[in-house]
Amino acid sequence: MFYIFCPYCGEHREEEEFHPKGQAHISRPADPEATSDEEWGDYLFFRDNPRGVHHELWVHAVGCRKFFNITRHTVSYEILEVYKMGEQPSITAEHYAAQQGAASADKERNASQAKHQEGVRA
Amino acid sequence: MSNAQQFDTRPAGEHASEIAVESPLAYSMHRSGAPKVKADTRVTLRERAFLGHLTLRGGAIVLDEALRDVLGMSLPGEPLGLVQASFDGPAGECSIQWLSPDEWLLIVPGGEEFDVERRLREALGDAHFAISNVSGGQTLLELKGEAAREVLMKSVAYDVHPRHFPVGKAVTTVFAKASVILRRPSEERWELVVRRSFADYTYRWLLDAGEEFGIGVER
Ligand SMILES: [Zn+2]
Repeated sequence: MFYIFCPYCGEHREEEEFHPKGQAHISRPADPEATSDEEWGDYLFFRDNPRGVHHELWVHAVGCRKFFNITRHTVSYEILEVYKMGEQPSITAEHYAAQQGAASADKERNASQAKHQEGVRA
Repeated sequence: MSNAQQFDTRPAGEHASEIAVESPLAYSMHRSGAPKVKADTRVTLRERAFLGHLTLRGGAIVLDEALRDVLGMSLPGEPLGLVQASFDGPAGECSIQWLSPDEWLLIVPGGEEFDVERRLREALGDAHFAISNVSGGQTLLELKGEAAREVLMKSVAYDVHPRHFPVGKAVTTVFAKASVILRRPSEERWELVVRRSFADYTYRWLLDAGEEFGIGVER
């Protein structure tokens, strides 16, 4: 079970109150008449299926009934952030990868330091 | 004043008596019964039928102003807020609760909803808003007594501990397999606003869940 923070109710609620509504930030082509069949097909039918950071649309169906966005990690299921409609995510795949890279570099540095210290102690 | 058509769902006059008014629980109480309040009753259930329920939608600022004008009460300042006030006029009280960022539920004494709606429409003038009379679509159940919270703990996943659910809070959440508006107007009283079509289900669930606490139904 997810425990999801609704940005409109301002508190965490059980997952059963929510419904996922697919990929977020899909905008309808501004000028459908001038849109090629391929572009229209992409808009209607094609969705990203990333391994990692994904921006999703959710609705607080049994609650305030408002739509909002969730940035979720599709491998760990971790909810990285929640933001209202019309807002942009602060965590993106690139941002997340850079952060993870920095974190693992930190870890390595700490590990080598620990080894070093142990070496000193021994 | 908007040109929205309004009609009184409770016509007065010579034809009033021809139209039988039935609470959503009329059949349930007949079919499933209504256990009496006994000496060892630790929770009581009461339906407050035929209240006036109005859904207000629009901007908080204009609605707040109109509500102050018409009823002398203000919108709850925070999400999940519930504000109560006494109703000037016939005996009774009214309440307004937050439902979503642009939606509130106003409950007024039964029979007042038509007039309140009309006065609100007048006060709101040309503002961008919507008022719906949903009185026929839902009903209010009241749960009282020391075991009221225990009955709720068996029925909702939502945390009803006083620390998390203080007086003056109101949430829409899952109740058993239905949805319900759960409100806490006072220390000892909880209110459930249920859909008409789910009233029988909720009523029977409450009788079942409250059995171990000797639930009694006040009529
Ligand atoms: Zn919500």
